[in-house]
Amino acid sequence: MARNTDSNTYTILFAIGMVLVVGSLLAFTASYFNPTITLNKKLEKQQNILFAMGVNEATLSGNADDATSFVSTDKVTTEFDKYITTQLVIEGDKATEDKEAYLIDIKKESDQVKSDASYVRKLPLFIGEKDGEKFYIVPMRGVGLWDAIWGFVALKEDLRTVKGVFFDHKGETPGLGANIKEPFFYQDFADELIYSGDQFKGIVVAKGNADPKNDDKTDNEVDAIAGATITGDGVTVMIKKDLAMYLPYFNTLK
Amino acid sequence: MAEVAEQEKVKKAPSEPLFSKKNRKLITDPLTDNNPITIQVLGICSALAITAQLKASIVMTIAVIFVLGVGNVVISLMRNIIPSKIRIIVQLIVVAALVIIVDLVLKAYAYSLSKELSVFIGLIITNCIIMGRFEAFALANGPWKSFLDGIGNAAGYGAILIIVGFFRELLGSGTLLGFKVLGDPVEKTGLFAFGYENNGFMLYSPMALIVVGLIIWVQRSRNKALIEQE
Repeated sequence: MARNTDSNTYTILFAIGMVLVVGSLLAFTASYFNPTITLNKKLEKQQNILFAMGVNEATLSGNADDATSFVSTDKVTTEFDKYITTQLVIEGDKATEDKEAYLIDIKKESDQVKSDASYVRKLPLFIGEKDGEKFYIVPMRGVGLWDAIWGFVALKEDLRTVKGVFFDHKGETPGLGANIKEPFFYQDFADELIYSGDQFKGIVVAKGNADPKNDDKTDNEVDAIAGATITGDGVTVMIKKDLAMYLPYFNTLK
Repeated sequence: MAEVAEQEKVKKAPSEPLFSKKNRKLITDPLTDNNPITIQVLGICSALAITAQLKASIVMTIAVIFVLGVGNVVISLMRNIIPSKIRIIVQLIVVAALVIIVDLVLKAYAYSLSKELSVFIGLIITNCIIMGRFEAFALANGPWKSFLDGIGNAAGYGAILIIVGFFRELLGSGTLLGFKVLGDPVEKTGLFAFGYENNGFMLYSPMALIVVGLIIWVQRSRNKALIEQE
């Protein structure tokens, strides 16, 4: 072969060329797909919020088997507007209405607080109404074993009882921590109390609470997933910490 | 496997046919006597990490078949212009670029699927089988052969993943692809009514290693030629 592929000049030129080609290829691909991906993420948030308050595919189809599926993406925006009556942004002690509160990035908000202690964190809160009942849906974010976990907890109008929850995660172990998004886990949270008497407890993902079927709804505990201790503890901490931030506002409602 | 049909193809072809015996071996060998996991002992890390569920194993298999098939062709086409000093980096960039593109396409057109795969897609980059095949095969062979080699090795890897995933999900969770094939452990139906219990240990990574070990044992006791001499 005529070309000397071992020379330093060739190696450097090749490296530069390769970086340019691959870099621009990826940049073009990313910006081409970006609008679709952003839209997908928006719709997913709407699906998650509705799911936590018990609006799922079964609400629309009437078929109880669909209760673990989200409202489909083509219908979710209309359903979201129908069921979510108010979206609030709570800053300190004032709450303002904001139609796009659901787009607030909770991670950015908590990072802001970390870097600037005087920053007043924006807390989004969604108020939904279904069959005459009012629900308060709180978004939250925490850490699991490998990476971030997040979710939405819907509280009933008494602000003491959980209506339903939705959890998701970035990279928990499949079959173990990843099971926080499985029905057998999150369905246990329904009707659970977040208070013990007047004491705010959150909900503890507990090992060995001797209540695997979760019949006792007043113990502030749900059964943990075997093999997912750290993810489960992450859920416990996330619920307690993030719900606590909303308590001052909730107290003004009572 | 479909020996007759394949032999007919060989007869028809004049020079080196697309599916010559040699080329066919590129696909069948990694599935059996030169399996990347059980014989070459490559790709063990991802085989341990993701086989707790059958579904994850299957999806990982498909993704690796795509990346290794396409990647092998790309590397093979570039094999005469890649400077040897930086060839490993070039290979890495090719895998990474392919994986990122796969990830973006899934996020745009199959969002819920891409959420389920989450880490696996990224994990493909770390799969040593891919770099191994680029280095050992694609750098020295033409695109078509490299393509077959890529598909074959990825399928051989995937076959083991699926076997391990099958046993781990069945014995660990009592389910297959999420269906409760053995009954419900909480309601005590099916097998569970007779006192059967799921073996939670199967969900831990070490059990994947033990299952892989058992496969290696079975394979070598059936084909003594595979047993290494002192």
